[in-house]
Amino acid sequence: MAASDVKLLGARPSPFVNRVQVALNLKSIDYEFIPQNLADKSELLLKSNPVHKKVPVLIHGGQPISESLVIVQYVDEVWSGPPSLLPADPYDRATVRFWAAYIDEKWSPLVRNLINATDEQSKAAAAEKVFEGLKLLEDAFVNSSKGKGFFGGEKLGFLDVVLGCYLGWVRAGEIITGLKILDETKTAALVGWAERFTSNKAVDGVIPEPEELANFMKMQARAAAAADASSK
Amino acid sequence: MAEEVKLFRTWSSPYALRIVWALKLKGIEYETIFEDLTNKSPSLLQYNPIHGKVPVLVHDGKPVCESLVILEYVDETWKHNPLLPQDPYEKSMARFWANFGDDKLMKSIWQLFIAHEKDQDVAAVAALENLKLVEEQLKGKKFFHGETIGYLDLAFGWIANIVSILEEIMSLKLVDGERFPHLSSWIQHFMDAPVIRDCWPPRDKMIIKFQVMRENYLAPATPK
Repeated sequence: MAASDVKLLGARPSPFVNRVQVALNLKSIDYEFIPQNLADKSELLLKSNPVHKKVPVLIHGGQPISESLVIVQYVDEVWSGPPSLLPADPYDRATVRFWAAYIDEKWSPLVRNLINATDEQSKAAAAEKVFEGLKLLEDAFVNSSKGKGFFGGEKLGFLDVVLGCYLGWVRAGEIITGLKILDETKTAALVGWAERFTSNKAVDGVIPEPEELANFMKMQARAAAAADASSK
Repeated sequence: MAEEVKLFRTWSSPYALRIVWALKLKGIEYETIFEDLTNKSPSLLQYNPIHGKVPVLVHDGKPVCESLVILEYVDETWKHNPLLPQDPYEKSMARFWANFGDDKLMKSIWQLFIAHEKDQDVAAVAALENLKLVEEQLKGKKFFHGETIGYLDLAFGWIANIVSILEEIMSLKLVDGERFPHLSSWIQHFMDAPVIRDCWPPRDKMIIKFQVMRENYLAPATPK
C-alpha cells in the first residue's frame, strides 16, 4: 500500500495519536505522518474533522476517519490479515470494547485529576481512585492474557494499544506527582506488562519520553492558568 | 441448541431500549428483568460490578455491559438482519456518530433541559448546532442505515423517544420541521416502525419522570 494512500494527522504527545501509530506499525502499514499544530489548526485538520477539530485523523484513500478507538478498529478491519488486533470471538470482542470504554471514560480522567491535584489531601484521594481502577485493570489483564505477555495474548492486541499508549502520561504523572502509579507491590502483572509493551518493536519511538511529556504537561497547565487569570 | 438470553433493564432507560429494539429486529427470544435502580438486585451487581447500570445482556450466563458494546455483540453473534454496515468505512462512520450522539448531542440537549432561564439561550445554541450535524447525516436517506433501521438508528433512538418529552416540559420546540426536515421525518418513520412502536415506554409516565428530574435540577439554590 503506497504511503501516500494512508495519512495520519497527529501530534506526538497525544496518546490517542500514538494508538493509531502503534496499530499501523503492528500491521506494517506505511503511512505519512502529518504533524499538527493544535494551537493553530490547519485547513486540512479542520476539513478532515470538522465535528471535533481534533487529532488523530486517519485519511485513507482520501476518506477521513476520526476518534482513536474508531480508527484502530477501522485499521483492524481494512487490513484484516495477521496480526488481528481484536479477538475473533464476539464475547471477547465485547470484553475488550468494554474495557476500552472504561479506560477512556472512567480511568483516564482519574489519572488527570491526580496529576492536576494541587494539595496533598486531594492528591491522596485522587491516587486512591487511580489505584482502585488499576486493580480492576490488573484483573482484566490476568483474565485476558491467560498467562501470556499481553492483553491480546502472545501478541499485542487492541487493549494493549488502548491502555499502553497512556503509559507515557502515566510515567510523566509519576514525575510530576512524585508518586509511583504503576507499583509492583500493587499491580505486579501490569508492571511487567508495561515493560513488555514499551519495549515492543511496534511501540519503539512512538511514545515521547516521560520527561518531555512532563514538561509539555507543565507548559499546558501554565498556559491554562494564564488564560484563566487573564479572563477574570 | 437452546440459548438463554436475559436483559436487565428499566422501564424508561433509552440505553436499554436500544437492546430491546435490537433483539426484536433479530427475532431473538429473551427474558426481561426490570430493575429498580434505587434498589439494585444482587444479580445486576454481580453481572455489572463496575458500573451497576442497565442495560446488561446475559447470554448463556455471560454478561455484556454498555449499550453500544452490547449492540455490536448482538450484531456479531446473530448475524442475520445485520445492524451495522459491512463496509469498514461506513461502519466507522456509524460508530463515530453513535459516540457523538452519546458524548456531545445528548449532553448538550440535557444541559438545555436543566438550564435556568438566563442560561437557556447559550445552551440552545450548542444543542441546535449538534442537531444540525446529525440532520446532515440523514440527507437522501430514510433511516441513518439506509432503507431499513440499523445500528445508528437504534443509537439515535432516544432522539425520537425523549426529545419531544423534553420539548413539552420546556415548552420549547427543538426539532421543528422547518429547521430539521430530515430529522423530523426520520422520527416519524422510526416511531411508526412496528418493531419500535411495540416497545415504546408510556409517554405520560415519561413526562412525570423527566418533570421531576428537571424540578430537582432547577430547585432554588440554598439562600445565602
